Amino acid sequence: MNHRTRSNALGAVFITLCVVATLIIIGMLAVILGQIVWNGAPNVSLRFLTSAPADGMRGGGIFPAIFGTFALVVLMTLAVVPMGVLTAIYLVEYSKPGSRFAKTVNIAVNNLAGVPSIVFGLFGLGFFVHFLGSGIDDVLFGGRLVFGQPAIVWAALTLALLTLPVVIVTTSEALRAVPVNAREASLALGATKWQTVWKVVLPQCTAGVLTGAILAVSRGAGEVAPIMFTGAAYFLPTLPTQLNDQFMELGYHIYVMSTQSPNVEETKPILFATVFVLLALTFALNATAIGIRSRFRQSIRPSDA
Amino acid sequence: MKRSMVLNLLAIAASTTLLTASARADSVTIKGSDTMVLLGQKWAETYMQKNPSVQIQVTGGGSGTGIAALINGTTDIAESSRPMKPAETTSAESKQGGKVKEIPVALDALSIYVNTSNPLTEISLPQARKIYTGQITNWKDVGGNDTPITLYSRENNSGTYVFFKEHVLQNDDYDPSAQTLPGTASVVNAVSKDPNGIGYGGIAYAEGIKPLKIKKDDNAPAVEGTLENAQSGKYGLSRELYFYMFPNKNKAADTFVAWVLSPDGQKVVSEVGYYPLKH
Amino acid sequence: MDSQTAGVLPTLPATTARHGTAATRRRFTRMVERIIEGGVKLTAMSAIVVIFLIFVFVGKEALPLLWQHPEPGLEHEAVTLDNLIGPTQYPDRPSRFVWQPVSNVPKYNLLPLIVGTLKTTVIAILFAGPLAILAAILSSELAPRWLREIVKPTIELLAGIPSVVLGFFALIVLASWLQQMLGLRIRLNALNAGIALGLAVIPIIFTVAEDALTTVPKSYREASLALGANRWETAIKVVLPAALPGIFAGVVLGFGRAVGETMVVLMASGNAATTTPWVTDSVRTLSATVAAELGEVVFGSPHYRVLFLIGVILFVFTFAVNLCGDLYVQRLKQRLEGGRA
Repeated sequence: MNHRTRSNALGAVFITLCVVATLIIIGMLAVILGQIVWNGAPNVSLRFLTSAPADGMRGGGIFPAIFGTFALVVLMTLAVVPMGVLTAIYLVEYSKPGSRFAKTVNIAVNNLAGVPSIVFGLFGLGFFVHFLGSGIDDVLFGGRLVFGQPAIVWAALTLALLTLPVVIVTTSEALRAVPVNAREASLALGATKWQTVWKVVLPQCTAGVLTGAILAVSRGAGEVAPIMFTGAAYFLPTLPTQLNDQFMELGYHIYVMSTQSPNVEETKPILFATVFVLLALTFALNATAIGIRSRFRQSIRPSDA
Repeated sequence: MKRSMVLNLLAIAASTTLLTASARADSVTIKGSDTMVLLGQKWAETYMQKNPSVQIQVTGGGSGTGIAALINGTTDIAESSRPMKPAETTSAESKQGGKVKEIPVALDALSIYVNTSNPLTEISLPQARKIYTGQITNWKDVGGNDTPITLYSRENNSGTYVFFKEHVLQNDDYDPSAQTLPGTASVVNAVSKDPNGIGYGGIAYAEGIKPLKIKKDDNAPAVEGTLENAQSGKYGLSRELYFYMFPNKNKAADTFVAWVLSPDGQKVVSEVGYYPLKH
Repeated sequence: MDSQTAGVLPTLPATTARHGTAATRRRFTRMVERIIEGGVKLTAMSAIVVIFLIFVFVGKEALPLLWQHPEPGLEHEAVTLDNLIGPTQYPDRPSRFVWQPVSNVPKYNLLPLIVGTLKTTVIAILFAGPLAILAAILSSELAPRWLREIVKPTIELLAGIPSVVLGFFALIVLASWLQQMLGLRIRLNALNAGIALGLAVIPIIFTVAEDALTTVPKSYREASLALGANRWETAIKVVLPAALPGIFAGVVLGFGRAVGETMVVLMASGNAATTTPWVTDSVRTLSATVAAELGEVVFGSPHYRVLFLIGVILFVFTFAVNLCGDLYVQRLKQRLEGGRA
């Protein structure tokens, strides 16, 4: 009896601990978001979103940074989606389960997801800018400096590699969810493997591919370390229009403003507003992805049953 | 599918770069010192208003960044708050061809800042050296309160960092406890919040903190970092701010630099808070 | 029979012809299929190739340190092993480990950076680990379904916050709070950076731990409950021990992430290359050093190569940590899922 009550008391303590821990985490999240929304949202105006920084970052808006982020993730998506989807197709549709190659690819994907973002930055500089960029300049432009410098295309490709695992994992999941009988029916009708994949399986998981792409974009839009040396600029009066232009980016702009603005107190409203915009953007993207995914799951389950 | 995309990308790349070459004839890139980025931007803004056809792009990152960019050929003008090292000049000239030209464009009085609550009003350079090398760690040793000193320094890509190291530390090493902040503004901000803090940086930024008068040595008179003292050289920590470039490489850049040195350009210098060159 | 054969015979050439084109077409299709499969497989290799390329290209920039001799007159700028780990001697004060790569005599001592990285990482894990694990136990074992539906996405939301935003928060808000609450002398310090880093790590540990806990077969719980144990006893005495390796793997993966995380520490740690043991001192981490200094260096200079060397260290370390963590998780899953079958 005594043992029982003591044990119950211990249980209550343990459960309380778990609840407190969870509340701490949720509380911290709430504090962070609350601070940013409270201080940031009131300073976001249409003018802020559509004008350029002025007055040594003490005034103006963040349009170039929004535009740069947008251009960056579009380029990134163009590169990462085909690559990620094809890899997922191979893993799910072509490779024999448990084959050594597939296992290696899986391990590589997992590890790629764990490579520190700053290492991607080093790699982007060493490989894309110095090796590929300078190589292109030597071959195509007779050594004139065109691509051998930080540029939006290199930053986008660096981010594409960083987000590759996201697309592969999400797409694989979606491919696996497509019922086997759909494939069997297609193959039985004489379609080839690729025709089956392309015309039957893939259309059923456009939502999955879309989810992957959106998650990749939301991840890519928030990364700063990989683009610091591969193309992002401190301040630019013009928007990027060419692949070898540098660009401003929201995350990098936040870093620059919070550490290098001439007067941090004066910059704070703008700074919080910029953080709010970036956060709203990534959360909106994530929410969209989660929404699509859950609807997709619901729609595919009934046919499975 | 992927192959065709790569080909497309390459095609786009090739075609756009042709555009690039023609579109950039009237553009000037300036890169370098964070101390000078405000100044550079203001110059660019004013100049572009008068000459709308010219595009001037100013980026910071530190003097080292600008000089590295000049060496690597990624900028027309490098802004630097320290003179280029001979090794850097050689490497730029051997990589890019031609002669690098050094152009002093403004004067800056480097200040040593403390918090406004700090009773100290002056400091000698030897004292500053001992503080920054970690040999003096309490304000009472230089005549202040009995509180430990918190050191704020700059990131090592800044010209200010190098200048301070050479002229105040006499090339000795900073104490490891010195926090390295990425911009003069962060130093000012940190010192303004820290009653025990000491920091250094350009005079243009001195807002919300107290710049100390400087004594060249323990027995010398304390000198304030004013325009006259900086121009006359009486102030121990004044320095020239430079442009480095290859002349005759980019016409637009040459014209811009000539304007910067004209009375119009020098007026901008005073507006931003630095001191114009003596003429 | 005969007439039938005769009837068939004339049509034979036609069928062979048709048969022939069909065969060619089939062969053509098969060839196309094989090309496509090859292409797909080639693309699938990209992940492996990228990992390999990262290693090669980051390593390639660092490797010349081994044989690159400084130009005459610049011998003092050489990077040696002694230089990378040995202390700097001073005539007028005690010798110490110094990272000051921009100097007349550059000092490339990595020790302060390693100490800084360990300090922030350990704080992050000590802070995030217990919170994330307890929350995972609550979410997977004790909470009713509706609560889990709130807790899980909320913590995943935390994962969606870009690290530059966490860094910003630590720099502008958290640092001031900590300083006021604890009366700290130095505003940006290892503790501040470590807690902010912990925020980045919580979702990782939580997700992996929660995953490990839910993989524990239902039969374990049912058996325990049938023997008269209550929910939390089952959670602590049965489910937790079974999932422990997975939870540990989560901590390991969180550690890997914390070591490589850049923006948070760059903004929140004060970036002073100290070797003191105190958590209230500023620190400079490996990743932040690369981020702060890479923009400035001249390509091919010793400083540039040392920064890539730091990249190699980070890459190899996180690679090893992640590999261990992953293998651990997979083996655990196999064991538990095997147990279920």
